[in-house]
Amino acid sequence: MTSAKSGPLLPTGNLLGIEGLSASHVTGLLDLAETYVAQSRAPDKKTALLKGRTLINLFFEASTRTQSSFELAGKRLGADVLNMSVKTSSVSKGETLIDTAATLNAMRPDILVVRHQDSGAAELLSRKLDCSVVNAGDGAHEHPTQALLDALTIRRRRKSFEGLVVAICGDILHSRVARSNIRLLSMMGARVRLVAPRTLLPTGVDRLGVEIFTDMQAGLKDADIVMMLRLQLERMTGAFVPSAREYFRFFGLDREKLARARPGALVMHPGPMNRGVEISSDIADDLDVSLIAEQVEMGVAIRMAVLDALSRGFA
Amino acid sequence: MTGPSGKTGRLAFRNARLIDPASNLDVKGGLLVENGRIADIGPRLFNDADKNDPEIIDCRGLVLAPGLIDCRVFTGEPGSEHRETLHSASEAAAAGGVTTMVVMPNTDPVIDEPSLVDFILRRASATAKVRVAPMAALTRKLKGEVMTEMGLLMEAGAVAFTDGDQTVANARVMRRALSYAAGFGALVVGHAEDTDLVEGAAITESEFATRAGLPAAPAMAEVIIVERDLRLVELTGARYHFGQISTRAALDAIAKAKARGLPVTCGVSAHHLILNELDVGAYYTFRKVKPPLRCEADRAAMVEGVMSGVIDVIVSSHEPQGADTKRQPFASAAFGAVGLETLLPAALNLCHESGAALPHILNTLTASPARILGLAGGTLAKGAPADLVLLDENEPFVVDETKLSSRARNTAFEGRRFQGRAQKTFVGGECVFSRS
Repeated sequence: MTSAKSGPLLPTGNLLGIEGLSASHVTGLLDLAETYVAQSRAPDKKTALLKGRTLINLFFEASTRTQSSFELAGKRLGADVLNMSVKTSSVSKGETLIDTAATLNAMRPDILVVRHQDSGAAELLSRKLDCSVVNAGDGAHEHPTQALLDALTIRRRRKSFEGLVVAICGDILHSRVARSNIRLLSMMGARVRLVAPRTLLPTGVDRLGVEIFTDMQAGLKDADIVMMLRLQLERMTGAFVPSAREYFRFFGLDREKLARARPGALVMHPGPMNRGVEISSDIADDLDVSLIAEQVEMGVAIRMAVLDALSRGFA
Repeated sequence: MTGPSGKTGRLAFRNARLIDPASNLDVKGGLLVENGRIADIGPRLFNDADKNDPEIIDCRGLVLAPGLIDCRVFTGEPGSEHRETLHSASEAAAAGGVTTMVVMPNTDPVIDEPSLVDFILRRASATAKVRVAPMAALTRKLKGEVMTEMGLLMEAGAVAFTDGDQTVANARVMRRALSYAAGFGALVVGHAEDTDLVEGAAITESEFATRAGLPAAPAMAEVIIVERDLRLVELTGARYHFGQISTRAALDAIAKAKARGLPVTCGVSAHHLILNELDVGAYYTFRKVKPPLRCEADRAAMVEGVMSGVIDVIVSSHEPQGADTKRQPFASAAFGAVGLETLLPAALNLCHESGAALPHILNTLTASPARILGLAGGTLAKGAPADLVLLDENEPFVVDETKLSSRARNTAFEGRRFQGRAQKTFVGGECVFSRS
């Protein structure tokens, strides 16, 4: 366990997005997470840092890896973890989000981890709750722990973000992962490119300090990191993209397109993958280039660091 | 695009009036074809050649121009081969001086799959006398709901995307299709008629329609969609071509959009340059076209639009129909008229009656469509495919449906006197038509 850094690890008592964090906050969290990578690889993975604290995982959208990652992070730090999914909550019986917040507040949790299909839901809950709120994904807005775990994965391989060319490819329009990553990577000095069909690029995205490509071959040229995004099934049948086969032909990552990237370029994916839609299986399974499994491991470490940081209070 | 493979051997033209709108050339001289391509062109070429040399065609002062590119041809293949095949349409094209037919995807099945683009190209290559450049559907089955696989279709050889004579009614679908097309640099060709306004209508709303008692739609149905699509072009940056317009309002809207720098172009059909709503006369179904014939002021505006250059191309909108679909009460009859053979004569009418310069009119039929569609032809430049038309712009004749080369005979110009038509047509240096 490292001692607390000189500055506060988080600017507020919540982690609602990358927006609002500074480069030093990010660096501090990544440094702290490194210690949890070590802890998680040790035979005894558990400490008592959060002993007696209550963590509630409130997931309005189905999630396997993010929810279990937070659950594991909480348990490894000794917290009591309660998982609530929408199917078992009274939200499905018509309760409003505010009512849910009031109910949860009365249970006196210390940390609420929330995922919701609507952008701004985590923000709304944070205003109604006395505990810390961690955004585990709200609509197409932010997914800060994903961006942090991606950053940790990249930093362990590339040491510095400065000048690193990162191509984020796929459904930018609907992606909270893309938005959090654009914010974080730009802030850390990386050069972010977005590669997508026009229909999956939100209006005004060119003003976020990124380079836009609709030709993947051009977009991947000399890239250090290729970050693929998941294309939801319902979005590949005509409304945004004509078909899965056309999408894979022009925007799926295969060997031919990856060859345009810098030699030794690394491939990331937040999961779950659509093999043969946005990524070919041989790349996803190639441990020389794919960081996908490592991202999952770093996810637990980052979430431990975030829970740790929140438990220390804030500036 | 398909076409006859380049022939070996030479073909020479002498004593021609060479008009190449692409390079502003209008000069007397000769032209040499080698291996299916234009090898040389110049004012003194073959001037002193032996007039009896069989290898040399003496043009006797007639106009030698790039072969015409007709951007709007409906055929019946696949699905309605009894009306027209790629082969029969190409016979008509050759007789009309048209060396490239841009064919619409409104067939059965609709050309909305890469394999069907491939089918058209193979059939054309095997059967057609002129080049064929297929457009693919913009939306699946032309239903206006789901965009087609534009990237794969382009790779298969589609030169543009269109629902032909169907308007994509849903603005959101159109926006996304344009946006997607823009990412591929694809050209979208739109049809401007508000679907709900024109439903069931046979002609343009007017006093004439009222007297005739025919179901009619307001001419404004056109500009409503033109304005919508111009805004969507502004939003998406897509390259957009209005397949054909027919009203003053649409012309003015497009002129303004062009002045603002939007990447839009437009065409007009020969029908809308020559005929007005009154030509429907006594329920003459061969003049039931889509969009319908308009009032005289709109027809005059179309001529003005061609003269000013706001209208980029003149098309035939060749649409074969048979007795089964045309020998019907007017409201029940199908839309469409053939036009491949009358495209050039109708366009030349602007030279004879409106004082248009011949090179300007030929530009709308050659260089301009080639530029919009990104085709190799449409020019007499050295190295270009030797697709040529030898035409006599003054020869008078009367349109006779029994002498048309197309399988379908539903011409809107039956009995009409025109001046000027093709004498010889060459595709890739090969003579595909010679008027006897």
